[in-house]
Amino acid sequence: MRDASRVFSSTLLWPLLVLLALLVVNVVANPGFLEVRVQDGRLFGSLVDIVRNGAPVLLIALGMTLVIATRGIDLSVGAVAAIGGAVACVYMVSSPDESGLGTALVACALALATCVALGLWNGFLVSVLGIQPIIATLVLLVAGRGLAMLVTDGQITTVNNDSFRTIGVGFVLGLPVAALVAWAVFGLTALLVRRTALGMLVEAVGINPEASRLAGVRAVTIRWTVYVFSGLCAGLAGLMIAANTSAADANNAGLWIELDAILAVVIGGTSLAGGRFSLAGTFVGALLITTLAATIPNIGIPSETNYLFKAVVVIVVCLLQSPKARAVLRRRRTTPAPPAPPAPPESPTPTLAKAGTR
Amino acid sequence: MLKKTMSAAAALAVGSLALTACGGTSSGSDDAAGGSGGGDDTITMGFAQVGAESGWRTANTQSVKDSAEEAGVELLFSDAQQKQENQIKAIRSYIQQDVDVIAFSPVVETGWDAVLLEAKRASIPVILTDRAVDSEDDSLYETFLGSDFVLEGERAGEWLVENAEDSDVNGDGSINVVQLEGTTGAAPAIDRAEGFADTIASDGSIEVVASQTGDFTRDGGKRVMESFLNSEDDIDVVYAHNDDMGLGAIEAIEAAGLTPGEDIKIITVDAVKDGMQALVDGKINYIVECNPLLGPQLMDLAEQVVAGEEVEPRVVTEETTFTQEEAAEVIDERQY
Repeated sequence: MRDASRVFSSTLLWPLLVLLALLVVNVVANPGFLEVRVQDGRLFGSLVDIVRNGAPVLLIALGMTLVIATRGIDLSVGAVAAIGGAVACVYMVSSPDESGLGTALVACALALATCVALGLWNGFLVSVLGIQPIIATLVLLVAGRGLAMLVTDGQITTVNNDSFRTIGVGFVLGLPVAALVAWAVFGLTALLVRRTALGMLVEAVGINPEASRLAGVRAVTIRWTVYVFSGLCAGLAGLMIAANTSAADANNAGLWIELDAILAVVIGGTSLAGGRFSLAGTFVGALLITTLAATIPNIGIPSETNYLFKAVVVIVVCLLQSPKARAVLRRRRTTPAPPAPPAPPESPTPTLAKAGTR
Repeated sequence: MLKKTMSAAAALAVGSLALTACGGTSSGSDDAAGGSGGGDDTITMGFAQVGAESGWRTANTQSVKDSAEEAGVELLFSDAQQKQENQIKAIRSYIQQDVDVIAFSPVVETGWDAVLLEAKRASIPVILTDRAVDSEDDSLYETFLGSDFVLEGERAGEWLVENAEDSDVNGDGSINVVQLEGTTGAAPAIDRAEGFADTIASDGSIEVVASQTGDFTRDGGKRVMESFLNSEDDIDVVYAHNDDMGLGAIEAIEAAGLTPGEDIKIITVDAVKDGMQALVDGKINYIVECNPLLGPQLMDLAEQVVAGEEVEPRVVTEETTFTQEEAAEVIDERQY
């Protein structure tokens, strides 16, 4: 119990509080913000838009969490998402039965296979050739959009397929399909890494690849696998992005989403230095990023200053999470604050035995 | 000093190239300029394109190629893939090949003085297309052929003012407009907003109640529109700075259970094919064209410049506007 409260006070509490504060700001600016009504047999409202639009970021952040836990990073996810969307849309447009269910399924499978192949490539560069992850994945970040442009011939490819649209804008039992898919993938992954030893092995590789290899962990395979998984998540996200507007836009689909995803992971309390990771933190982080994006038009911040607003919120979250900054703030208070539990070190030195409790 | 005299002589030669081509007033390269096209009548043009980043740009490229063939202009074409250094390399190679005229759409606004000066010294006139350069020395290029974004905004505003009564969808006497802006800081976004705002100021009942950037993308337009639909009451009109954001807004409006084009009027700029299709389908109400097909005008200008005629320093692309009926008539002929 004490363990749990400590984890909460260090990683999840502050992002959750900022999320709450953002929601309050939104409600003050627009009292109808939290309103969710049923329309045409499905839920409709700002909150629904947030979870639906947040699905791609959540998925990519999920893959990114595992990659970061192995002390890596995947900068290529945005470009991979664009390629996935491009492959799916171009296949559907060029097939004889553009609007068929079968066509949509084949298109999605083809897109996901392409993205898995790109993940294999990233993983190969990192785990087998030992190239620094930031450089290895930079290759596709830079070149990937070129590939996507090649696939779409430089055009925005519009498709007309209602089955495909479902991934982006469909609803099941009143809930958005995109969010349901993202949550399902998230839940399954959480089960897999936390109910088996996989999560612990990933952390072990992140803390010390050489030591874990000597201890019998197949470090190369694990590192390779997380990049493939990241590619798969990016592909799924790319399909959602493309389905959202029924179009593949090679230039803009998933642009800068890698940065949003990394931010979500870091806000969630996972250290970029690898090792321990928090999936729940990533979930909150992704929700925070998406809510932030939705806040800007809702409270009417002018376009010229919306990046500034984003920056301020992100800086506040990061400061709140920094033990040193919190200590300074505490000391400055005139009234003595109740003795807060000591903040755990941010450095990547968790013990392996505790990995399973988070 | 010598250099200055040389470039002055070269500049003079640009204006009277046709007359002095064989006169040898400068370094003698002019002799070759006339001959490089395989005869004195043929114009050789070097065209350095930005890239192929959008359907608009692809149509632009095609138009230049087609009209060059039609006008009998020998075209040397290069694609800079969005990089200024590639474009500068291309222009240098055109200078070395001694073409008659160079045309290009600058990737960025600044950093062109050096290479344009080289062209000027080689007595090769330069025409800018689509995008302007930021240079204090406007003698470095002959003319700038491109769209007037402010005018596009004004045209969008004019339609709204003329159709104010129909556009007041809920009949409350005030017309609430939400604006989907282009990329913050981009010239078309700034100018289209300005032209629109100036024009609607003449009608007190029209008001822009919310404005936010959608980054010229469908996804951006959709997200911003979703948010506006929740945060703003009684939206009558959407004004989007390009078709793609308008198409995104259509999706958001449909998801909200409203009918785009009827419950909420939509005005956009560009007239790309998907946008025109939506206009024909009645989902968009009015499109102001931003014409990529400036090839014919470019060839005319090139001929005038090479013939030594004076041309206007700023030539606006011929552009039109489309209502739903007009769009239905031309949709089959749209090339992009």
